[in-house]
Amino acid sequence: MNKIKNLADLRDLKEKLQSGTKLREKSEYPELLVQVKVAMATCCIASGSRETMNYIVDELEKRNVGAVITQTGCMGYCYAEPTIEVILPGKEPVVFGYVDVKKADEIIEKYIKGGALVEGIIPVNYKKIDN
Amino acid sequence: MKDISFHILDIVQNSLHAGADRIGIEMAENTNEGTLKLTITDNGSGMDQKRLDQVTDPFFTSSTTKRVGLGLPLLKQNAEQTGGAFEVKSELNKGTIVTAFFNSRNIDMIPEGDLAATMRTLISSEPQKDLVFRHQKDDGDYELDTAAIRAELGDIDLSRREVLDFICEFIRSNERVFHEQSFEKKIY
Repeated sequence: MNKIKNLADLRDLKEKLQSGTKLREKSEYPELLVQVKVAMATCCIASGSRETMNYIVDELEKRNVGAVITQTGCMGYCYAEPTIEVILPGKEPVVFGYVDVKKADEIIEKYIKGGALVEGIIPVNYKKIDN
Repeated sequence: MKDISFHILDIVQNSLHAGADRIGIEMAENTNEGTLKLTITDNGSGMDQKRLDQVTDPFFTSSTTKRVGLGLPLLKQNAEQTGGAFEVKSELNKGTIVTAFFNSRNIDMIPEGDLAATMRTLISSEPQKDLVFRHQKDDGDYELDTAAIRAELGDIDLSRREVLDFICEFIRSNERVFHEQSFEKKIY
């Protein structure tokens, strides 16, 4: 049985990560971070949301954006999959459709980092129950 | 669904939705017999018999945002089109076991796909859940247990990129070994 054969490597990794600065102290103040929800239901997966999600997770960390990235169920926009919902701190949620890797790059650069809206927004009458 | 790795990602979503915190994914292949068995086990809320009878109906879903539920029906179809079989067992408040049998030599067999990418997606969004992925092919096998990795890494978040890269490389290197073994078999 080939059980985590490289435990020594895992220890090396631990040391390396502990010495580096902690980027993510997530979950404590999620409202201060960028929140990205990637839809991950059958329709989304079949349209390529796995690649979109992996790309967003990687790129936000590489580009030093403090973010919480979660997956969510089908939002009902199956025709526009993969879809993602982005909530910038203090702003209303925005849903983007047809988010492939290229579109995700544009959203990160222009909307998440720059605050400028980009094409491909799905308009929703979304209000939280407490406002 | 184009391949098995997408099915795994999809079916595990059901487990997460059912509140499971320990999910087992097992692929067992026998290349001599040409069989592949995929089993996904969870400790989620489970289903009663009435719901169990409905799960492979594409027009049944627990979702409120859409009126179809294609995850299990598509897996059933992909298994049965190879002459295989499909089974869901469940017990309320205990958990669910989904099993799909494939005849891997059938022309309609779907490929395995990118298993590492699927595990990466699952772990990055659910780093605190216990995922056990076991892949067995003939007499070789490997296992990835996120509980064991978490125990080793202490307070380091599993969703960090370096950890995800490490896990992906672990899966890919083991898959390469499988690939080389089956390649040798075909030559000699």
